Amino acid sequence: MILAALFFYLFAGVCVASAFMVIAAKNPVHSVLFLILAFVSASGLFVLLGAEFLAMILIVVYVGAVAVLFLFVVMMLDVDFAELRQGFLNYLPVGALIGALVLVELLLVVGAWVIGAGVPKTITAPIPPMDAITNTEALGLVLYTRYVYYFQAAGIVLLVAMVGAIVLTLQHRARVKRQDMAAQVRRTKAEAMEVVKVRSGQGLT
Amino acid sequence: MAEFWTSYLWPLIIMVAQSVLLLVILLVAIAYILLADRKIWAAVQIRRGPNVVGPWGLLQSFADLLKFVLKEPTIPAAANKGVFLLAPLVTCVLALAAWAVIPVDIGWVIADINVGILYIFAISSLMVYGVIMAGWASNSKYPFLAALRSAAQMVSYEVSIGFVIITVLLCVGSLRITDIVEAQNTRFGLFGWYWLPLFPMFVVFFVSALAETNRPPFDLVEAESELVAGFMVEYGSTPYMMFMLGEYVAIATMCAMTTILFMGGWLPPIPYPPFTWVPGVVWFVGKAFFVFFMFAMVKAFVPRYRYDQLMRLGWKVFLPLSLAMVAIVAAVLQFAGLAPK
Repeated sequence: MILAALFFYLFAGVCVASAFMVIAAKNPVHSVLFLILAFVSASGLFVLLGAEFLAMILIVVYVGAVAVLFLFVVMMLDVDFAELRQGFLNYLPVGALIGALVLVELLLVVGAWVIGAGVPKTITAPIPPMDAITNTEALGLVLYTRYVYYFQAAGIVLLVAMVGAIVLTLQHRARVKRQDMAAQVRRTKAEAMEVVKVRSGQGLT
Repeated sequence: MAEFWTSYLWPLIIMVAQSVLLLVILLVAIAYILLADRKIWAAVQIRRGPNVVGPWGLLQSFADLLKFVLKEPTIPAAANKGVFLLAPLVTCVLALAAWAVIPVDIGWVIADINVGILYIFAISSLMVYGVIMAGWASNSKYPFLAALRSAAQMVSYEVSIGFVIITVLLCVGSLRITDIVEAQNTRFGLFGWYWLPLFPMFVVFFVSALAETNRPPFDLVEAESELVAGFMVEYGSTPYMMFMLGEYVAIATMCAMTTILFMGGWLPPIPYPPFTWVPGVVWFVGKAFFVFFMFAMVKAFVPRYRYDQLMRLGWKVFLPLSLAMVAIVAAVLQFAGLAPK
């Protein structure tokens, strides 16, 4: 247990520290790299909780795909953060006010949150014991039975978003020469070349 | 104190010892895989290959190692120093980390975790960071462009590798690597392994593995005869060696993955004596080396792809094919009643 606790503090500490560095780092690429470190430590926390499937999915999806896109975009942009921070002190009062307002609102909402008496039972009911079933199976059993419609709806939302992004960025450019491999392979000797006998002094007409 | 010793320190020592043993064996194996790669390539071109250092050039890789380590590391003046040095480390450490869950025989594994195959997939999806970080931190346009190309290539082929893994998992019903190998343990031996029933996926996986590890004919990252060294053009000495090492360890990982997913891991090809008397590790290493031999032969006689052809193959051929196969395999398993319980 001591070992697990040690690792918990390690991952949690690294996670919080790197999350802070995401906003504190001068260089945006460093920010994204710290964000990745935060994701990886969060997945370490998932492993400690016994949710190894979620941990791996977090790495595959967020670190392996989403953060790569972030990094791509941030690397391409030539953002000078020093320039962006020029008027930092001027805007500080307004920013602080908005931040304080949001904090108060959150506190009010969370403080007024009452968990119904029946809720703990319905939450714990479908969870099978940890030692009888792996958490991948447990997740699948809930996701594909009880929440199958929500799951499918989430899939459709993502599909629509993807189609939308493609539609917005797709441009049909004329005069672009594209390679058609099938057409190239289908060509035969008869249609592709012509053997001509050139008579000397006359050339081709 | 005694309890502290038996419950914490001793398991820790055992784990460290196992890891060190695995790393040493793996690194020596990598040294000889590298040599084998060069020798096979040379043999196809009717050359001798490395043959000076040690008998038949057997110590060539170690000589190379010494040469790299003893050279002076140079860091470009405008480079982002921390990220520049972190990139080769990330590549190397991630490549080695994948081997923690690869079993070479039944029970011969450091951590037989429930989601082993997912762990390898996650680690290999992180490998792209070494490339991007190296390209960006070098602060030079050639490594940067090469890093973009390379990252796009690795991300594209990861998608089809993911779907191939899913088709295999559909047949197995577990994410544990040991279960994947045991599911191929039928009385048909060699013909019960998944390379036969999932043959198109085997081909897709092999080609994607070539692309994922930047091996020829998909070595557009390095393209020695065209691009100098791609994203690692600013690197020399030990950092460069770590990239090379990471690359070859990733190749070995892919060979091991092919062995596990499609060629029955440590199972003997014919499940009767005398084949069952041979220890499983011999079969595993033999099969992994056979896959590596195919990698090396492809390098020797397939011409390099053009970049747009590479992208076309990844997105327009392999992605629909593997996606369709996921649906087909799932449907067949469901309606034929073959789905694992």
